[in-house]
Amino acid sequence: MYDVLIIGCGITGAAAAFQLSRYRLNVAVLERENDVADGTTKANSAILHAGYDPEPGTLMARLNVRGAALAKELCAKLDVPYRQCGSFVLAFSPEEEATLRTLHQRGLDNGVPGLELLTGEQARAMDPNLSSQVTAALWAPTAAICSPWEYCLALAETAVRNGADLRLDTAVTGLERQTEGWLVRTNRGDFRSRYVINAAGVSAQAVHELAAPASFTIHPSRGQYFLLDKSEGDRVGHVIFQCPGPSGKGVLVAPTVHGNLIVGPNADPVPDDDVGTTSDGLAYVRSTALKSVPSVNFRESIRNFAGVRASTDRGDFIIEWGAPGFLDLAGICSPGLTAAPAIAEYAVQLLERDGLALEEKQTFCCQRRRVRFHDLSPAEKARLVEHDPSYGRIICRCETVTEGEILDALRSPIPPRSVDGVKRRVGAGMGRCQGGFCGPRVVEILAREQHISPGAIVQDKAGSWLLAGQTKGGCDHV
Amino acid sequence: MYDLIVIGGGPAGLAAACAAWEKGLNRILIVERDKELGGILNQCIHNGFGLHYFKEELTGPEYAGRFIQMLKDTGVEVRLDTMVLTVTPDRQVHMVGRDTGYRIEEARAIILAMGCRERTRGAIAIPGQRPAGVLTAGAAQRYVNMEGWLPGRRVVILGSGDIGLIMARRMTLEGAQVLACVEVMPYSGGLNRNIVQCLHDYDIPLYLSHTVTDIRGRDRVEQVVVSQVDERRQPIPGTEMVFDCDTLLLSVGLIPENELTRQAGIAMDPRTNGAVVYENMETSLPGVFACGNVAHVHDLVDFVTAESQRAGRAAADYVLGGAVPDGPVLEVKNGDGVTYTVPQHIRPGRVAKNCDLFFRVNRICGDSQILVQSGDTLIARFPREHLAPGEMEHIVLPRVLLDRASDSITVSIQEVASK
Repeated sequence: MYDVLIIGCGITGAAAAFQLSRYRLNVAVLERENDVADGTTKANSAILHAGYDPEPGTLMARLNVRGAALAKELCAKLDVPYRQCGSFVLAFSPEEEATLRTLHQRGLDNGVPGLELLTGEQARAMDPNLSSQVTAALWAPTAAICSPWEYCLALAETAVRNGADLRLDTAVTGLERQTEGWLVRTNRGDFRSRYVINAAGVSAQAVHELAAPASFTIHPSRGQYFLLDKSEGDRVGHVIFQCPGPSGKGVLVAPTVHGNLIVGPNADPVPDDDVGTTSDGLAYVRSTALKSVPSVNFRESIRNFAGVRASTDRGDFIIEWGAPGFLDLAGICSPGLTAAPAIAEYAVQLLERDGLALEEKQTFCCQRRRVRFHDLSPAEKARLVEHDPSYGRIICRCETVTEGEILDALRSPIPPRSVDGVKRRVGAGMGRCQGGFCGPRVVEILAREQHISPGAIVQDKAGSWLLAGQTKGGCDHV
Repeated sequence: MYDLIVIGGGPAGLAAACAAWEKGLNRILIVERDKELGGILNQCIHNGFGLHYFKEELTGPEYAGRFIQMLKDTGVEVRLDTMVLTVTPDRQVHMVGRDTGYRIEEARAIILAMGCRERTRGAIAIPGQRPAGVLTAGAAQRYVNMEGWLPGRRVVILGSGDIGLIMARRMTLEGAQVLACVEVMPYSGGLNRNIVQCLHDYDIPLYLSHTVTDIRGRDRVEQVVVSQVDERRQPIPGTEMVFDCDTLLLSVGLIPENELTRQAGIAMDPRTNGAVVYENMETSLPGVFACGNVAHVHDLVDFVTAESQRAGRAAADYVLGGAVPDGPVLEVKNGDGVTYTVPQHIRPGRVAKNCDLFFRVNRICGDSQILVQSGDTLIARFPREHLAPGEMEHIVLPRVLLDRASDSITVSIQEVASK
């Protein structure tokens, strides 16, 4: 019997698990995929928003601003790439300048520090590649960028290190209310828990309806992106938004903590979690981004991707009891990444108010460090390779990722099970050749270290097989 | 302190190091990131290499083997499994390897011979889902020829570059079904002999002026949609063909791998994606040379070898003879029909007798003249029966002609039939 069982290990579930792992509780996290951060968390703009967008008084407003402050602290403690680069919202017309003033006021109401309304010239002085058509900008110095999947992984790893029980490849198929708590049926057996937290992202409505009558509707909204080579990484120094519209914050141009440039997203409704890209969607993203920053060189594109927002009919985060002992953390669309630790904090308060006793663990460890070979000085690199030669073998040429770092990941609390799992942990395959060179080597290391056949290694999710079989009549993949 | 550090032990680096040794350098180091010398040739187990240089048909590993053998008779040092991380403008080379550790070596001259990499799906923004099973032809070649694994059983190939064509045949021979080779241009980017030997001989259809417009499959490729394109390379609605397949191989171009070059502050040519080089393959940084696919993408390794030998000899001259005044410099300009030239700059005073000039055309041309002009003066004219973007062109400009030019020369194509 668990005290709390969390369904879903995206950023919301991971933050909840992290927060709960501070206390003497039996905590479980069920994730249907073979890795954490495998849904919306891995495919978004990677922005920690300052907090001027949400309407004052909403959960989004409160938890965004609080979450942004917590994120800064957590990223530092848990060694998550984070950079407080600040953001601009651009105006191109008097109407949009009026929108900026509204956003500015909202930001003040929400308690966002440091906001300033700038002229177009002032903005261009700070980010010279901004369009000459920009007439004004809202400057938010607390906006930041981060590595969303590493953030989620760091929270989940820390939760596991502090005793939480993470079950991957475990999909919930049924929820039954019992005299004491819930019976959670899955493809991998039944679990019992006093409380259940629904952090199932785009699937949160489906999970909710396993436990209780329908009370909200998720309208998945897909956003498509370009990721550009590091040669474009300095195109802008800040996160560049346009004025928000009815379908979201619009197309942004931003540096990433990995040194690339990210451009997107659009917003198109999709029936489910379809993360395909379309030529129309990409064309829209490209032309809209060029309005903000005309010099973006899309010939340096290295990847397109799409993510699906878990937008709902309510327009705010849904953080409430869906049924007794069943807490929904649903509709966590933007600014969900930013708000996640504050959502978790709030969720734990709700559990406590409901009677869950919180006794702090003396042994709680909130620290995480990993080797990032690429970022070390020559002297540090030399010392490291001398100490352990596996850091001398470069596996990913583009991102300078070493075998030692991959081995570290394989020995971490949540070891990668796929080639993309390695990518999310150490960056191998994230560069301009997109794993063309290191892919086979990562497969080789995964197979060797896990004592399985290369034919059993998957690209990402279960079913994303890589190798059809051995040549010359070797054994087929299953 | 080394006389010469060669970065990359593929065909370019091997030929350059051997040539520099023959010219009298004796402290030479080759740094190779793989476990063995030979570079990409090691996975090119088909034949057709060496027809120009050795006048016989060799496989890739055999071709590399000849040079590795030659190298054994020299005192050239080799450091394997070692990757160069940085080249500084003052010719320090930072490298790291399991056995090497992290080292900083200095050299009097450096030859950049890092080769190239393949363009990916992201570079050409193919829309659709992102399942496993979309990989570059070179990665597939590595799996099949080096690792002994077949990356798929029903295959569509996008791009008719040489690696794609070679892999069409290779996958077929390994029991996969290659359903189509799709090329966005109205002509193939590969060598004609490869179209015949790798597609026609196996009844694999080649769809020219077509491209992939959708990839379907949540976890693994299930379908690929191919559409015809118009003259502006835009898909024509209504022309979609759906292929049930599990694999999409990409052979959509090669990009010289010049991160070290850029980092060192060396001038680049956006047309070749390689360093701007002089007639002896020297870059804008004195004593640093570039050759092979890192300078511009070649079709034939034989030409890589010849170019790299020139670079190796030039590096030896630089080390042994010291800096020579540049004298006048001619800029080589791209005229009508020409995509790029290598070299981009010629110092006539440094040309002993002849200067090799390589270039690519931007369209298929029938009976044509290659014109070399300086200002309005025609200084040379070379007839060709056929020119194609997929086949690198080569002309030889004698020193006496170069001496007649001033400031710049322009290379252009004039089709005889159209005049």
